[in-house]
Amino acid sequence: MTIQELAFKSLDYRKKILKYIKLANAGHTGGSLSCIDILNILYNEILNVLPHNFSDKNRDRYIQSKGHSVEALYVVLADRGFYPESLLETLCQYQSHFIGHPTKKIPGIEQNTGALGHGLALSVGIAIAGKMDRASYRVFTLLGDGELAEGSNWEALMAASHYELDNLVIILDYNKLQITGPNKEVMKLEPLSPKFEAFGCSVREINGHDLASIKQTLQDVPFEKGKPSLIIAHTIKGKGVSYMENAIKWHHGVPNDAQYQQAMEELEDRIINLQTIVPQ
Amino acid sequence: MEKILDLKYTYTEKKDTRSGFGDGLLEAGRNNPNVVGLCADLIGSLKMGAFQKEFPERFFQTGIAEANMIGLAAGMTIGGKIPFTGTFANFSTGRVYDQIRQSIAYSEKNVKICASHAGLTLGEDGATHQILEDVGMMKMLPNMTVIVPCDYNQTKAATLALVDHHGPAYLRFGRPNWPIFTPSDQKFEIGKAIKMIEGKDVSIFATGHLVWEAVVAEAMLREEGISAEVINIHTIKPLDEAAILESVGKTGCAVSAEEHQVNGGLGDSIAQVLVRNMPSPLEYIGVNDSFGESGTPTQLLEKYGLNAENIVKAAKKAISRK
Repeated sequence: MTIQELAFKSLDYRKKILKYIKLANAGHTGGSLSCIDILNILYNEILNVLPHNFSDKNRDRYIQSKGHSVEALYVVLADRGFYPESLLETLCQYQSHFIGHPTKKIPGIEQNTGALGHGLALSVGIAIAGKMDRASYRVFTLLGDGELAEGSNWEALMAASHYELDNLVIILDYNKLQITGPNKEVMKLEPLSPKFEAFGCSVREINGHDLASIKQTLQDVPFEKGKPSLIIAHTIKGKGVSYMENAIKWHHGVPNDAQYQQAMEELEDRIINLQTIVPQ
Repeated sequence: MEKILDLKYTYTEKKDTRSGFGDGLLEAGRNNPNVVGLCADLIGSLKMGAFQKEFPERFFQTGIAEANMIGLAAGMTIGGKIPFTGTFANFSTGRVYDQIRQSIAYSEKNVKICASHAGLTLGEDGATHQILEDVGMMKMLPNMTVIVPCDYNQTKAATLALVDHHGPAYLRFGRPNWPIFTPSDQKFEIGKAIKMIEGKDVSIFATGHLVWEAVVAEAMLREEGISAEVINIHTIKPLDEAAILESVGKTGCAVSAEEHQVNGGLGDSIAQVLVRNMPSPLEYIGVNDSFGESGTPTQLLEKYGLNAENIVKAAKKAISRK
């Protein structure tokens, strides 16, 4: 896909995330909007995962450690044909399979996640199994910044480095806000890049909303032989909706009717603007 | 005392149940190339050295990072492996409960959590390491199978059986040398209790090391004219309810015996079965809401009332309540 086509996707995904959160009257809005560009590139450009090959041993594995941003994942998987999008109308409702955190009952999802600090160790385990089998698949995992306070992540990084897992790609959705407030007030993370390097990762920092940059960086993995690749993706919580951006209250806020309409209009305007740009 | 008793089972050798695990794991590794071992810096204590030596490419040292070990094991199942994790029972359960809950039990991952040094018989190290709550924590988890074998042979057989059992499992064993009184060629059937001794006055349901104590208690009771039935509940979950009901249906009362807290242990599970189906007197042999302490296994089992003499007393009390 061209970057312009991918940009359309991102805007469309954002609209859908808001649509289904609004319908469900629940969901993790800000975090889904901050990671959606990353998921867009992963599922449309990088992962060799489609409904027909989801049981293939050599499929790439994606583990979403920041499970609360599940709306982003549900929307992307529907777009990739894993299930009809209309099923998302049941999001978070009684007896729906589309519960508030990723569940492997949903086609396309590898593992139940959502309790923070579990996804990275799990991904390290998958990557070790891949190395044992000399398999071609890669393991991608998306971490939230708040969950880096969980010590389990650092245990897992030690093991990823110890076992030289260059088939592991760790992406940090670094939107710098968590449920209570800014990371730097809740539990300071910086200096982050040197920390990851000290734990044996090959680190790159990117703008997590620059689709071309995300794509190029993910195509470059592994960054170094024998090391896990770690991408610090600088993002904006609530990205794409003016009043949600960098606002703590939208961690899991549901827009009211007027707010919803404004959000949709803003996203529509950007779609129209994109259409006026002639692809090069 | 044991020597003058007319025991229904005898032994010529004592060995630790953890060695049954280690030898079982080695054999499992030979039988199935997907079996992998993980250990959090306790290779010697868990007797995993032979597996490590023969299959270095299938063995993963995780360092003293038990939570990470559990997460790695869960991930390895997504890569098609059958991971056996090894550390002490307290670090295998309480320390990593959330990892087990989220990444193994809820996610139905085919991980075998293998736990040594369980209970008081760990001995000298004392209360920090003598977990007495692990069975309770594990049996509460949906999807989890909980196995507590009674001797070296049974632990080895249980380890091998777990390879062919698909799903999360907790295998609990211990440190001390213990009589080997079950056959070396036994077939281990998960969820199927073993009637060790037939009797008619009282049912003794024992698990782990205390199965041997129950065998000794049966001989002591027989000398007093009391006929005890001894049943080895090696699988605490799923519990063999039919075997329990059949036995108590005949004897009318029961004793549970385990190296674990009374709260949340085997006795609790048996009580549920009896209360729902056949309310009957039940006496509990177990640790009564207390932590352990240092001492030899024999000293500690005596102090906390987890030996044959106390099973005899409990059996008489159960009979008197009929």
